[in-house]
Amino acid sequence: MSKFKKKSAASQDIPTSALPDIIFMLLFFFMVTTVMREQTILVEQDIPKATQLRKLERKSLISYIYIGKPKEKGFGEEPRIQVNDVFISPSDLIRFVQTEKDKLSEAERNQITMALKVDDEAKMGIVTDVQLELRKANALKIMYNAIQGVVVEE
Amino acid sequence: MRNSKKAPEINSSSMADIAFLLLIFFLVTTQFASDKGILIQLPPKLDEKPPELEIPDYQILTVLINSYDNLLVNNDPMKEVTDLTQKVKDHVLNNGVDPTLSTAPDKAIVSIKSDRGTTYEMYLSVLDAVDQAYNELYADKLGITPAEFRELDNSSEEYQKAKEGMPKQVSIAEPTDIGG
Repeated sequence: MSKFKKKSAASQDIPTSALPDIIFMLLFFFMVTTVMREQTILVEQDIPKATQLRKLERKSLISYIYIGKPKEKGFGEEPRIQVNDVFISPSDLIRFVQTEKDKLSEAERNQITMALKVDDEAKMGIVTDVQLELRKANALKIMYNAIQGVVVEE
Repeated sequence: MRNSKKAPEINSSSMADIAFLLLIFFLVTTQFASDKGILIQLPPKLDEKPPELEIPDYQILTVLINSYDNLLVNNDPMKEVTDLTQKVKDHVLNNGVDPTLSTAPDKAIVSIKSDRGTTYEMYLSVLDAVDQAYNELYADKLGITPAEFRELDNSSEEYQKAKEGMPKQVSIAEPTDIGG
């Protein structure tokens, strides 16, 4: 019995001095992986839901085109096209695709994928206009961005 | 002098709390980029009119969406988009049983035509329904689940095997100009 008593005298504290280090490691992980948003999005982005989504492997090949109703009142109610930080008209898209293609190496240029982030209230008319210009610019890979989920009838 | 015997310590027990606060801030603000979506390939630009192809009507499943988001599939109105998946499957796997549908899986074509006034949401759910039909067919063929199939790489052997003899032929026609 005396043996047991001796053991119980040992300190039962869990050393917590390493805790900050662990937390810091997590913190650094998130700090490094976080990509701060480069663009301010000027249009409403209520991305529709879909079920059959596929992932794109190479992020460097993606260029984004945002379509939706402008957030600011001054730009009207009709959906507009935004690339980088500005609103553009469909006819400017060819130049946009060209600058995006120039950023890639020559071998990858025809693999460029245009990700269309379209608000779910936008009409097909503007989307078609964009697609027509993209065909002219020879950027034929399109991704309709969507969120995984089942569409619920309202 | 008595104090100098013991090394001075800074109380660091609150360090964890500070780190936690920062951690939570980053956790909350991090937005993992959602680069997922439905992939399509646009047809190349043609300067002259493409040659008229002689494809019999029964090989094509025509899906029309009007500006009120109503569906018309092979001239029959369809109320729910979800029914389209089964219809596409029937069409592809018909093998000539129903005279109005395709004669062979490799000849089946799905044609989607929308209107300028169709909402993007509706258009995407139609594309999604057609994709679902094909993904389920491919997955069945390989004996895996549709979710597993979607994870496959385009260039992988299995992916090519699934597409063989049953290519996904979806034609997206240019919309009509009627609705605004």
